[in-house]
Amino acid sequence: MSEPVIICRDVHKWYGQFHALRGIDLEVDKGEVIVIFGPSGSGKSTFIRTINRLEEHQQGTIIVNGIELSHDVRNIAAIRKEVGMVFQQFNLFPHLAVMQNITLGPIQVRKWKKKKAEEIAMQLLERVGIPEQAEKYPGQLSGGQQQRVAIARALAMQPQIMLFDEPTSALDPEMIKEVLDVMVELAESGMTILAVTHEMGFARAVADRMLFMDAGSIVESGPPSQIFENPQEDRTKLFLSQILQH
Amino acid sequence: MTTTASTTQGEVLPPPTERYTVLGWLKKNLFGSWLDAILTILAALFIAWAVYTGANWVFKTARWDVIVNNFALFMKGQYPTEEAWRLWLVIYLAAAIGGLMWGVFVRSREMAGWLLLILPLLFALAALALGSNVWINVLLIDVVALVAYFLGRTFPKQLQRPTITLLLLYLPLILLIVRGFGENGFMPQVGTNFWGGLLLSLLLAIIGIVFSFPIGVLLALGRQSELKAIHWLSVIYIEVIRGVPLVTLLFMGMVMLPYVLPAGLRIDNFIRVAVAIVMFAAAYLAENVRGGLQSIPKGQYEAADAIALGGFAKMTRIILPQALRAVIPVLVGQFIGLFKDTSLVALVGLFDLLGIARAVLANPNYIGTQLEVYTFIALVYWVFSYGLSYASKRLETSLGVGER
Amino acid sequence: MTTNTSEQQAVPFWRDERYLQVIIQVVLVGAVVGFIYYLIHNLVTGLEASGQPLTLSFLKQTAQFDIGEKLIEYSRASTYARAFLVGLLNTIKVSFLGIILATILGIIIGVARLSNNWLINKLASIYVEFLRNIPLLVLLVFLAAGVFFKLPKVQHAVALGKIAFLTNRGVFVAWGEPTASWPFYVWALIIALFVALVVAVILIRQGRETGRMPLYWLWGTVAFLVVAAIGWIVITLATPQPPLRLSLPELAGRNFKGGTSWSPEFMALLLGLVIYTAAYIAEVVRAGIQSVSKGQREAAGALGLSGFQTMRLVVFPQALRVIVPPLTSQYLNLTKNSSLAIAVGYPDLFAVGGTIINQSGRAIEAISLTMMVYLTFSLITSLFMNWYNQRIRLVER
Repeated sequence: MSEPVIICRDVHKWYGQFHALRGIDLEVDKGEVIVIFGPSGSGKSTFIRTINRLEEHQQGTIIVNGIELSHDVRNIAAIRKEVGMVFQQFNLFPHLAVMQNITLGPIQVRKWKKKKAEEIAMQLLERVGIPEQAEKYPGQLSGGQQQRVAIARALAMQPQIMLFDEPTSALDPEMIKEVLDVMVELAESGMTILAVTHEMGFARAVADRMLFMDAGSIVESGPPSQIFENPQEDRTKLFLSQILQH
Repeated sequence: MTTTASTTQGEVLPPPTERYTVLGWLKKNLFGSWLDAILTILAALFIAWAVYTGANWVFKTARWDVIVNNFALFMKGQYPTEEAWRLWLVIYLAAAIGGLMWGVFVRSREMAGWLLLILPLLFALAALALGSNVWINVLLIDVVALVAYFLGRTFPKQLQRPTITLLLLYLPLILLIVRGFGENGFMPQVGTNFWGGLLLSLLLAIIGIVFSFPIGVLLALGRQSELKAIHWLSVIYIEVIRGVPLVTLLFMGMVMLPYVLPAGLRIDNFIRVAVAIVMFAAAYLAENVRGGLQSIPKGQYEAADAIALGGFAKMTRIILPQALRAVIPVLVGQFIGLFKDTSLVALVGLFDLLGIARAVLANPNYIGTQLEVYTFIALVYWVFSYGLSYASKRLETSLGVGER
Repeated sequence: MTTNTSEQQAVPFWRDERYLQVIIQVVLVGAVVGFIYYLIHNLVTGLEASGQPLTLSFLKQTAQFDIGEKLIEYSRASTYARAFLVGLLNTIKVSFLGIILATILGIIIGVARLSNNWLINKLASIYVEFLRNIPLLVLLVFLAAGVFFKLPKVQHAVALGKIAFLTNRGVFVAWGEPTASWPFYVWALIIALFVALVVAVILIRQGRETGRMPLYWLWGTVAFLVVAAIGWIVITLATPQPPLRLSLPELAGRNFKGGTSWSPEFMALLLGLVIYTAAYIAEVVRAGIQSVSKGQREAAGALGLSGFQTMRLVVFPQALRVIVPPLTSQYLNLTKNSSLAIAVGYPDLFAVGGTIINQSGRAIEAISLTMMVYLTFSLITSLFMNWYNQRIRLVER
């Protein structure tokens, strides 16, 4: 049995007096697809942002790919290389063309030759379905296209793990599907994925496990079938009934 | 409206308000109300008086010989006439770079903006009026600028890097050309005490903005830093410099600089004021760049972190390019301000445009020509400042700075 | 805890971000302090070698030079410290008057730039575009050497009626000369001020209760003027003379007597600072008014507010927030720019400092003192700005 790729033990985080994460325990196996959901302010974004150190946890242990996240700058860089992230607001670099957005990391961090980086970037753009946009600037693309570029940018670093932080929340309804399609394809290819999202269709289709978070802790976890058909906790039931009502 | 002609449905008509006549325009814009009418008449009377008095002075009273006779002095100070070709070379280079930039980055055929960009150059040109080769030079410089422009337009991709490199090399290059080297040879050294007039004003302004740029950017980053010591050091520097008038810094530079440097190291006045100007400009530039840094969303930092970029790459590849692009217009404004501020070096005894003006007025031949001389240099300052700010506005609109 | 101990091993400090941050700061501060120490060390040894160690004791020595314009007692026998004070007061005088006049002119031109009247609009634009693109120093020497020193001699003064005479020795104008009853009138003015404050406070309190704020500043001013006028009449009747007597300047030999006079240096500096800063203030005012969106005006109109009410209750308060911070920095600029007085010969702080340097040779000390004073001005300004911004932020929440 191989080691889990992510191990979180008793992770705590405070913003001033506010206790944002209250002892998160989680192990993620390679290739596992995990969907995290819960009310806003429940700490789900904070939690996945601690995994690549966009937020610093103040107590507990996080081990990614066998490397512990500590104050060691070398470890932080090593983990970030292995963890790709997709943001709610895309956060593409507006002054760089799509191609440069994708190849920046591989060239600067992975030290690849430009040619190799561009070849791989082109493959990724084809994978997310927009090879013809390579020379355009982010401002010229639709939201859905931008988010697909963002996914390609994260994948270009050839990460072991992908984090999605509400990737469809800032999109117009007609663009959500094109992004979800890419995510589904990615999940089916065997990538380890942690996604904060309320796209329950996506969860039902590809998630191995769902985590319901509230008030800084994991309230309930289990496979989609169990969470949807037979939730154990009242808070989970209530929340699901609210979001599935319409 | 009670138009008798029947309008066919769907026919495209200009709106009724657009169909006004000259009288209509006058009524709308000048005589809209009683108050407006009175104001208009008063303003018209004032203009008539000002134009009459002004024209009378310009064409009858004023003694323009003071300008004509000292033109070369105003433009280049005591710079030796036989070496003036080097200043022409500097202008040729500027024309080439200006043309390239316009061709590579702006690429519009709009000649109005173009002309305004080189208007200051033309001014400097006509200015260096020495001997008979002036008009040939003017013509050739135009040709150089145009050729560079078309080259830039034709090969924008290939020439992008060379253009930027040239721009970066411009200051060291012109300093080398203006100063020269060796006793003899084809470019003998011309000491800084011979630099004067508009040449000195422009050189100080360019040196000020170029050298203060890296310092200012570092200070701006320092002020944004989470490391308290770095933050406070930057804040103290910026606020102290911004809190005192430039003229006190210039005096300080003149008096103190020789003392604080190791004994025996002698530096000339030009460098002393240049150091003071750079220190001064850096503090203001830092604040301008900080404005740009604050306009960068937090997500950009996070995205750079997420792809594991190091601190240096994050700054130079992601944050600074965006921040600087956002503040280009402000930096042009700062450059104009700095150009105007260089007039203060006249107060510490340098012969910039204003210093030369004062020297000319001290000449007994030109007693009583203060109005002519000061009007002339005010006009020179105005043409440069206004021309530059106009050109930068054009550049801004066609580059769409701050839009992407 | 069951943490794997091998992973908890201490990180070498050169890779630990916490230590790295401390190290970077210590190194940098050390370098800066070391550099400054090196410069100061050079300075002190250099000055000692030339027999002039840094000291402020020279301030107690007698100045032995005259100052043309002064607001307090000063003579050649006074100390350098006193000379500094004279200069400082002159700086404050020209800055204070300059700020008031530049604000008035700036508002007029800023509003004119928004005028629908094409001619007025263009005139204001030309004014702004011209003055913003020439150096203040050139304007100052132009006004001094080209205008005020070129005015005719005293004997051929340009007379504006009987109340003002323009000469190359200065501008002589009619002025109120205090009489024996003036001290009483000062009390009347104090009472008037008090009454005005009381009226304003009552009106503000009333406004808070009803929710409709009256024009308290207007009524306060009216109250002040009324009380001041009554005081004038009462004192004039009670003592047989008015508190101030009109004194007209009259040519007496080679100079004017009576009235008051402003030196050409002062006039050139004041006028230059005013018309130059007004161009910048005009832009600030224009930007402020334009920053209030059309939607706000339309909303106010939709509520049925009149044009004046819309300006007073909706546009003005919002524009003010945008205007005050840059306006304050323009005031600071004007104060700092008054240091250019040296070019026209007005004895402000910096010019007096220059004379002191020539007299005493204490260049570094004198310039440092001058810089300290300007720094104090700017510190006060930024304290005000911080306070104002804080207040605005509180209002916004």
